[in-house]
Amino acid sequence: MAAFTNFVLVCGGTGCEAAKADQIYKNLMHECEHQGVKDKVQVVKTGCFGFCEQGPIVKVLPDESFYVQVNPEDAKEIVSEHLVKGREVSRLLYNKAESKKRAQIDEMDFYQKQFRVVLRNCGLINPENIDEYLGRDGYVALEKALFEMKPDDIIEELKKSGLRGRGGAGFPTWMKWNFTKQVENDQKYVVCNADEGDPGAYMDRSTLEGDPHSILEAMTIAGYTTGANYGYIYIRAEYPLAIRRLKIAMQQAREYGVLGDNILDSGFSFDIEIRLGAGAFVCGEETALLRSIEGERGMPTPRPPFPATKGVFGQPTVINNVETWANVPIIVMKGGEWFSKIGTEDSKGTKVFALTGKIRNSGLVEVPMGTTLREIVFDIGGGIPNGKEFKAVQTGGPSGGVITKDYLDTPIDYVHLQELGSIMGSGGMIVMDEDDCMVDVSKFYLGFTVDESCGKCAPCRVGGRTLYNILDRITEGEGEMEDLEKIKSIAHAMQKASLCGLGQTAPNPIISTMTYFEDEYKAHIKDQRCPSGHCKKLISYHILADKCIGCGLCARRCPVNAISGEIRQLHSIDQDICIKCGECYNACKFDAVYVR
Amino acid sequence: MTLEELRKLREEQKKSLSRRSTDNKDIQIIVGMGTCGIAAGAKETLDAFMEELDEQDLSSVKVTQTGCMGLCYVEPTVEVIMPDMPDVIYGKVDPEIARKIIRKHVLNKTMVNDHVFDRPAADIVEEGGKQ
Repeated sequence: MAAFTNFVLVCGGTGCEAAKADQIYKNLMHECEHQGVKDKVQVVKTGCFGFCEQGPIVKVLPDESFYVQVNPEDAKEIVSEHLVKGREVSRLLYNKAESKKRAQIDEMDFYQKQFRVVLRNCGLINPENIDEYLGRDGYVALEKALFEMKPDDIIEELKKSGLRGRGGAGFPTWMKWNFTKQVENDQKYVVCNADEGDPGAYMDRSTLEGDPHSILEAMTIAGYTTGANYGYIYIRAEYPLAIRRLKIAMQQAREYGVLGDNILDSGFSFDIEIRLGAGAFVCGEETALLRSIEGERGMPTPRPPFPATKGVFGQPTVINNVETWANVPIIVMKGGEWFSKIGTEDSKGTKVFALTGKIRNSGLVEVPMGTTLREIVFDIGGGIPNGKEFKAVQTGGPSGGVITKDYLDTPIDYVHLQELGSIMGSGGMIVMDEDDCMVDVSKFYLGFTVDESCGKCAPCRVGGRTLYNILDRITEGEGEMEDLEKIKSIAHAMQKASLCGLGQTAPNPIISTMTYFEDEYKAHIKDQRCPSGHCKKLISYHILADKCIGCGLCARRCPVNAISGEIRQLHSIDQDICIKCGECYNACKFDAVYVR
Repeated sequence: MTLEELRKLREEQKKSLSRRSTDNKDIQIIVGMGTCGIAAGAKETLDAFMEELDEQDLSSVKVTQTGCMGLCYVEPTVEVIMPDMPDVIYGKVDPEIARKIIRKHVLNKTMVNDHVFDRPAADIVEEGGKQ
């Protein structure tokens, strides 16, 4: 059979489906037959393209023409102009100028909001085959560094690039490297922090699993720059696949002579060892991590001295997070200036986010700094499923805060997130809808930090527990108005007096939710009511007399037999027996069950 | 390995990555095998591809793995690269869809409805920015 010459992809995601994508599909099929190109063109229904605000979307291959806001009536023109005569229908094409402006990379022509620097090889190469990495300019940066650049040149490029640490605090990477470089010492180290522990975050895992060589290459470059010849990758034992791929990558790199003794006959030697973390969140804090590498208990130590001058085994150490490392080879290869064109004035490059929670297209998303939250949640993420209302996004994990509907258009970068009382953090982004209770959310995060506190300093150990108990009381309907003041003063003490970032930032989720959702806290305390119907102690299920037809479905579904009533008669719920599981609410086909 | 050897090898690899001959010898099926993909059943999908290729006696198709493409909501994801067809990313590929991809896409050069997804970003490594 003759192969098709064109493929017309019609976006069939729920967003576009509602906007008549189905009719467009049918019309395109009809027109292809009518205009005699049926044998040359296949019309394909696709999954969601994640561009729902611009939907319905039609994409023509192999030309890569991207049509937006297509109407069923446009099918005729697409077929007659594009598929028969081979001319793009320019009035329907997506205006690329807008996305180009954002990424500011002139030579490129693309419509996607995402821009992949860190994840450039993820999902493209076989991570267990060094040849494929080489085929995509792998180890070009190392080559350039070793043979064409002096350590100071590399620092200069990093400075020009504007790269800042992606682990959370956002410290300029070139400064870290430069501190270590300037120390006169026989032994220095390079460390990769792969102890990713925020709930809902998995950017680093995916990077290591998909592109392990980029990390090895970056660490070797740092070794050359700072004068270190040994590196550690500190990774959680819960990431077995990432560990396995790193080991394979290290083996292959040594065989190829890009890691180990006398790399590529340059005279420079560098090797890397993997250290497994036992899954303690605090070990993601750099000083605790360094202690753990040494074989000590993972507890933070006061800074200064900073790791840059006194790190592993008391020696100068460059420590960066996985995502920061992944940026390094491309900066060395393409130059700092190339990198500095991406992003905003003081936040350069891209950021990877793990988009999860109440979102249609959950996944790993990499966008230029300065992209707005609205673009991430609605354009890329496809919005909130099941017709629910967007409430907030939690960024920065247990150290971060919430961003509400009013701030959806804030550009995401270090400065703006901080202004809103959140942080960039490592990049977890949890979307919440109207059903999520903000008091409960902050209780969840605090529960996490209480569990993970190492217990060394009292503000974190005692303060965290006390805050948790107060929140617990509020969600049980036993809170008092004074509790709100108490929360603020304990939180303040923790922020000021805790030894490390874990304790200092642990109150952030509460402070942030109290700022933006004070009414919700008050409703719990004053009215004994949970506005989102989440806190079980504060809600009760009831049956509406005028809606119940007495079908008995709720009574059959109820796991504790709390619902009684004759068939075709009004049913009722015994509040003493009810466990508030919500089964009746979900079961009722007549909206007769309601939450109070 | 010396610098010269490395450079030579890289050039060869670049060529082989971009090679698309027309004699059906270079069909590649790339399965996303990050933790997310595997959790969603990518191993079963991979097995289904191998079995179906065996049954159809297709020895020219190379099945390989890659990391996470970022489309976690439609895992397992699979990319099919072959002559005469645009590169296509399929999502939600269970064993049944995997077999369909072999029969329809590979053998009949027809895309499988409802499972085509879009690459999330342009490629910054390849010249010109392939989408």
